[in-house]
Amino acid sequence: MIENLLFELEMAAPQVILGLVNGAFYALLSLGLAIIFGMLNVINFAHGAQFMMGAFVAWMLLAWAGIPYWGALVLAPLLVGVFGMAVERTMIARLYKLDHLYGLLLTFGLALIIEGVFRNGFGSSGLPYAPPPEFGALDLDFDFLFLPGYRVWVVIASAAMCLLTWLVIEKTKIGAYLRAATERPELVQAFGINVPRMMTLTYGAGVALAAFAGVLAAPIYSVNPAMGANFIITVFAVVVIGGMGSIMGSVVTGFALGLIEGMTRVIYPEASATVVFVIMAIVLLTRPAGLFGRG
Amino acid sequence: MSDRAMLEIRDLEAWYGESHVLHGVSLDIHPGEVVTLLGRNGAGKTSTLRSMMGLVGRRSGSIRFEGRETIGLRSDLIARTGIAYCPEERGIFASLDVTENLMLPPVIAPGGLGLDEIYTLFPNLKERARSPGTKLSGGEQQMLAIARILRTGARLLLLDEPSEGLAPVIVQQIGAMIRAIKQRGFTVLLVEQNFRFAQTVADRHYVMEHGRIVDMVANQDLTASLDRLHEYLGV
Repeated sequence: MIENLLFELEMAAPQVILGLVNGAFYALLSLGLAIIFGMLNVINFAHGAQFMMGAFVAWMLLAWAGIPYWGALVLAPLLVGVFGMAVERTMIARLYKLDHLYGLLLTFGLALIIEGVFRNGFGSSGLPYAPPPEFGALDLDFDFLFLPGYRVWVVIASAAMCLLTWLVIEKTKIGAYLRAATERPELVQAFGINVPRMMTLTYGAGVALAAFAGVLAAPIYSVNPAMGANFIITVFAVVVIGGMGSIMGSVVTGFALGLIEGMTRVIYPEASATVVFVIMAIVLLTRPAGLFGRG
Repeated sequence: MSDRAMLEIRDLEAWYGESHVLHGVSLDIHPGEVVTLLGRNGAGKTSTLRSMMGLVGRRSGSIRFEGRETIGLRSDLIARTGIAYCPEERGIFASLDVTENLMLPPVIAPGGLGLDEIYTLFPNLKERARSPGTKLSGGEQQMLAIARILRTGARLLLLDEPSEGLAPVIVQQIGAMIRAIKQRGFTVLLVEQNFRFAQTVADRHYVMEHGRIVDMVANQDLTASLDRLHEYLGV
C-alpha cells in the first residue's frame, strides 16, 4: 500500500512541479493583463507577443552583445516596456473613448505583426537559450525526483515579482494614484495628476511584466515566435476566472490553475489541456465577474 | 473684497458632444469671497464648474484665474494653477482607505491646511483613518471630499452641492465648515439648489437659467429679493 502511494507520488510530483512552473507564468502574465485592463480598459491581446519579445531580447542581448541572463532579466523588461509605451502613446491612446473591442482588435493586430516580424527574422524552429550555470546549485535531487534548480528559481522569482507588484499597488502612493485613477480617471486628473502619462507608464509596466516572464521562460522553452501565442489563450482564461482587473485574483488564480492543470495531467491526462477552460465555463456560469471580481 | 477679481469668466460656452450646455456664462469672483451658483436642475451650474476644470467635451470663451487664461489647459494643469474641485457625487474612492483618500490630491502650492488642522476640523476622519472611503456615512464622505482639497494649497475651491442628501444637522456642520475655511482666506464657488443653506454661508449669489447667468444678488439683499428667487428656482 505504502509502496503504491510512493509510486503514485513519484509519478505525480514532476507534473505538479511542472504545473507550478506554468502557474508562475500564468500569474505573471495575467497580473500584467489585469493592471493594464484595470487602468486603461484595454484587453491587451499583444501580451503574448510582448512575452515572446522579452525572451527574444534576452537571446539577442546574449548572442549579440554578450550580456548574460542577469543583465537580460533587468534590461529586456525595460526595453520591451519602452516599446510598449511607444505603442500606447502612438496607437492605443487614441482608442480610450471607444468600445473595448477596438483596443482588443488593435492589440490583436499588433500581436500578429510582431509575431510575423520575428518569424521572418528568426524562423519558427526556435533558438536555444541555456540557463545560467549557477542554478546548478539550486538543483533538488530527491530519490524519486530530480528538480532542476532553474525551475525552482522561476517559481520564486515569479512569486517575488507578483508580491512586489502587489505591494507597490496596495501600499504606496503611486499605487493609490493607480487605484484611484482606475475608479475615476477624470477626477484624479482634476486633482492635478497627469493621468495620460500614468496610463502610458502603466501600460509600460504591464508589458514589462510580460517581458520579465519571457526572460524567465527563455531557458525553459525554446525561444520562438509562437511561444507567447501558446500561453496567452490559457492566460486569458485565467484572467476571466480570477476576475477582470483584479490584481490579487490574477496572481492566486494563475498559480492555482497551473497546479490544477498539473494534477489533472496525473489523474486524467486527456483533460489536462481543457481543464482550465472547463473551470472558466463553470465560473462564468456561476460568478460572471470572476472569483475575485467586484460586481 | 479686493478690487481685482481672482476669477473672471467671460462668454463661457460648453458642449457635451452635440448638446450645448452653457450659452455665454460671465461671472467674477474676488479673493476671499464665498459665491454661490443657484438654479434649477439642468440650469448649467455643475457644467460651469466642470468647464472651469476642463471636464467638458468642448468649451469656448475665457476663464482667467489670477490673471492667467486657463480655457485651453488640460484639467491637471488647471488644478495646478490653484483651483480644486469637489464633485457632486463626492468622488470618494472605494479602493482607498480614508487616509489614502485624504492624501491623494497632490499638494500644488504652500499654504494648504496641515493634517492636524484638518483633523481638528474633521475629527471623524482621524477615527476612521483605516476604513475604506466608501464605508463612511454620507456626511463623513462629504467632509472627506472637502477636507482632501483643503490640504493642497489651492486657493479657489469649487464645491458642487455639498449639502445634497444630508440630514439637517450635517448640513449645519458643513455650513460651519465653509464659514471656517472662508475665515482662513479660501475663496469658494458653491453650487447649490438650497438657497436657505446658501444664505448662511455666501457673500453673493449668481442665478443660472438655461446655461446663462440671469441675475446676481448680494447676500444682504437676499431676503428682499425672495419673490424673484422663488420664481427662478420654482420653490
